[in-house]
Amino acid sequence: MDSPDSIVLTILLFWPLVAALLVILLGSSDSLIKKGSIWASLLPLGLSIYLLFEYDSGTGGMQFEQVAKWIPQLNAGYHLGVDGLSVPLIFLTTLLSTLSIYYSAGVINERVKEYFFLMHLLEFSMIGVFLALDYVLFYVFWEISLVPMYFLIGIWGGENRGYAATKFFIYTLVGSVAMLLAILGVYFATGTFDIVEAAAAKPFAGNLTLASLAFWGFFFGFAFKVPSFPFHTWLPDAHTEAPTAGSVILAGVLLKLGAYGMLRIMLPSFPEASVYWATWIVGLGAIAIVYGAFVCVAQTDLKRLIAYSSVSHMGYVMLGIGAAAAVMTPDALHGAVNRFGLTEQAIQDSAAMALNGAALQMFNHGIITGALFFLVGIIYERAHSRDLSRFGGLATKTPHFYGLMLTAAFASLGLPGLAGFWAELFTFRGAFAIMPYWAAFGTIGIVITAVYILYRIVQNVFLGEYDPSKLTHWTTVQGEHADGPTDMVGFEKVTMWPLIAAMFLIGIYPTPLVSYFNQSARELLAFVQNLV
Amino acid sequence: MGDLGYIAPEIILLIGGLFIFCLDLAYDPGVGKKSGLSYMALSALFLSAALVAAVLQLNISDPEAGPKVAYSMMTIDNFGSFIKVTIFSGMILTTIAGGRYMNRRSGNQGEFWTFFLMVSLAMSIAVSANNLVLVYLAIEFLSITSYMLAGFLRENRRSNEAGLKYFLYGSIASAVMLYGISLLYGATGSLYLHDIAAEFSVIIGEATEVTGLAFAALPAMLLILAGLGFKASLAPFYQWAPDTYDGSPTPVATYLSTASKAAAFAVLARFFIVAMASFEVNWVPVLAAFSIITMTMGNLAALRQTSVKRMIAYSSVAQAGYILMGLVAVTSSSPSAMDGLNGVLLYLFAYLFTNVGAFLVVMALEETVESTHISDYRGLIKRAPWLAVMFTIFLLSLTGIPLTGGFFGKFYVFGAAIQRQYFWLAGIGMINAGIAAFYYLRVVREMYFTSEGEGDTLDVPMALQTSLLICTIVTLWIGVYPSAVIDWVSNASVQLLSVVP
Repeated sequence: MDSPDSIVLTILLFWPLVAALLVILLGSSDSLIKKGSIWASLLPLGLSIYLLFEYDSGTGGMQFEQVAKWIPQLNAGYHLGVDGLSVPLIFLTTLLSTLSIYYSAGVINERVKEYFFLMHLLEFSMIGVFLALDYVLFYVFWEISLVPMYFLIGIWGGENRGYAATKFFIYTLVGSVAMLLAILGVYFATGTFDIVEAAAAKPFAGNLTLASLAFWGFFFGFAFKVPSFPFHTWLPDAHTEAPTAGSVILAGVLLKLGAYGMLRIMLPSFPEASVYWATWIVGLGAIAIVYGAFVCVAQTDLKRLIAYSSVSHMGYVMLGIGAAAAVMTPDALHGAVNRFGLTEQAIQDSAAMALNGAALQMFNHGIITGALFFLVGIIYERAHSRDLSRFGGLATKTPHFYGLMLTAAFASLGLPGLAGFWAELFTFRGAFAIMPYWAAFGTIGIVITAVYILYRIVQNVFLGEYDPSKLTHWTTVQGEHADGPTDMVGFEKVTMWPLIAAMFLIGIYPTPLVSYFNQSARELLAFVQNLV
Repeated sequence: MGDLGYIAPEIILLIGGLFIFCLDLAYDPGVGKKSGLSYMALSALFLSAALVAAVLQLNISDPEAGPKVAYSMMTIDNFGSFIKVTIFSGMILTTIAGGRYMNRRSGNQGEFWTFFLMVSLAMSIAVSANNLVLVYLAIEFLSITSYMLAGFLRENRRSNEAGLKYFLYGSIASAVMLYGISLLYGATGSLYLHDIAAEFSVIIGEATEVTGLAFAALPAMLLILAGLGFKASLAPFYQWAPDTYDGSPTPVATYLSTASKAAAFAVLARFFIVAMASFEVNWVPVLAAFSIITMTMGNLAALRQTSVKRMIAYSSVAQAGYILMGLVAVTSSSPSAMDGLNGVLLYLFAYLFTNVGAFLVVMALEETVESTHISDYRGLIKRAPWLAVMFTIFLLSLTGIPLTGGFFGKFYVFGAAIQRQYFWLAGIGMINAGIAAFYYLRVVREMYFTSEGEGDTLDVPMALQTSLLICTIVTLWIGVYPSAVIDWVSNASVQLLSVVP
């Protein structure tokens, strides 16, 4: 099972942990820690790019697998592997981690050693979740990702950081324990903790009650993380209080863990329960899209607005996943054929498209919202306020900032030619064939998104006349006094441009990215079809 | 050596205790000089010898070999030996760390360390006893020595209150337990756990309901549960615990909430699994109810505390609820890898090192800033970074976050509950985990989430640091690579479960 280069994943996984320990043990000066951390974070990024190239989409399936014993008494092992779904997400993780570390080196000057230690630890745990193919291992990484984020929010956060950090921790913890119970249920049903083997062993097949219990156990764990409406209330608090890099990682990667778990675990392991409850997932997703967008319009705090936009945008992911789940099993597929009069192939294509849309949305949201949170951080470092009513007319004062923000905002809105468009198109096109009413309802959200992006962000912050009396205290990014808003400086541009470039690249030519996702979406659907 | 060899740990402790006692009588260090640290060292030495003896008794190579019986009243099996190893480890860590603390607070060091060894002896006998009279005597011995240790600081009113409160509750609890024992004797004519079990299985036979003399078993079971539940601080018998833990000298509070609790659980497990095997359908719901009440009450009370020592005291009540959950889910008929008894033992082992560590951090703060109030933990990361980091690890372990021992403890007891399909029990445990996280995190918040770092760097004694370091390493070791501990634990529980008639 072990291929010769399977050690790649172990290095990719443990290098950030090594870096974290090096920061603690060797970090004698702040500038050494910062430089060392930036260099150290390049190795995982390089390895994830290597994976992008070396992963063979033609063959598909799990590659670079590595298996070792861990707790043989329980049949829990150290099992790592990547497929078309996880490879791009690992790239996203390492990219955002590197950029966050690089950006933080410019703005964090307090308790530097702890900060970079936690950043590396966070990267370690996130990569672990995407690599783990064993439930215990998965759960371990899932839970420890909470700890560094808790400290990042709590130590470097805003005024209300203690509250926000605790809320974040406890909400996610309760969800995770529900997931732990479901994991144990799967273990006793199948006798293994291996995620792939357990799914193939069909846990609770034929027993819809137990399967639904396990399904909901996992759903609570993942829904708190996504966060799905109505479990999202921790998110605006956590985002608003978190330091910039914390928000970027939180929105960019941590939210994806929940959706990733749904695709990796829930759909393949409990196909019957997934079909049964698919309408709920789709409904919650569609409500999140519309509700999140409406709440955004009402926000006065720029960061909170973008936080709520995440609720809305993660709703697309749920919509896509739920729609595909609804027609996964052969029975459900036949039912759908009878209802809509489409061919089986057409419905399966729609399901695959919905899954591709969901996965693309995960990736794109990471890039776009990551960029938006960086940009909010950039303006906050200067204005020390995020109050929308105190901005206005920044377009002429900070043209570079304006240009980048405009690009990211339009990408978030789904403008063709930028990354966000494809994800929305795929999701809605796929969902529309399967759940037309919910999909139609969800499209309301697209309109409202345009309202808050154009009105709240573009018009409120950038257009109109610049009025110096609205906000009198400006500084430069280094914290020195300034007479007015100053434009982005070098390290901020270096942080932003890779993300902006990715938005254009994916917007213009999404095929390479889609081919990874499509491969694993097809595999997932075929796996479930053959299983039942 | 024969039987004498089987009780080697107990003999070592007895000799040790008497030796320190005589030495204290014979040797006068001179006016104004204290000899506490040498007594502490002696006591650590004897405890280590007892630990080695207990480890040698762990029959790892041949778990199928039956248990041995010493002087007909003590069963020497892997179960008892594993608990002894756990208890002695906790006592050694507490001893090493507590030497300076006691030396600065009291003059009568010889007595203190004598009692400390006697307490260990009492626990050691209790976990091996297979005769109810010996169980009673050992528990009484344990209680009486503990009363004295809890109230050891004679000039301190809080310590006196702690001792008195423990004594008043304890004497009633043991009287109640004795009554339960006499009922069992009346019903079966024996005090040996095996004979009681055999007698009951004859009386009940194929009958579907509990009739005749067997009926006496039900009240007896509850009465004995009350007595042992008091020791294990289960709700509703836990009210003494927070006051006693809070007022006692911290080394005493440390072992009361860990080693003494482990001993009580061992006796509970042996009593219910062996003697009450025929009544499993009766005691499972009772223990489940106790488990739920214990963890919920403990957690809710801990939420409101402003003294960290008191908070950990209440939290250790809640932890007892989780441990009991494992006992509820024991599958005596067909032991599996994730059996409830494995859960109890693994949880106890991980909990012991974690909670000893947590109390030692409290002790370190008491030693340096003379306070246990939560506000004195503010900015600890600046004043004593390693202490804060270690405390965080202990608190995360108590919360049940992975890569710490506490996680695998919870993993096992939840697993056992799910295996028996007690979903509601596991569900309540889940909600409790969320509540508990709240107050554990409050301390973390105080330690880290502040930019101020007032006060000087803390000067934590070397011995205390050593103990803390050991606790941290073991906590992390169980969390990262639990395989070895799981082996010990399953060897221990297989032997107990195999003797069930």
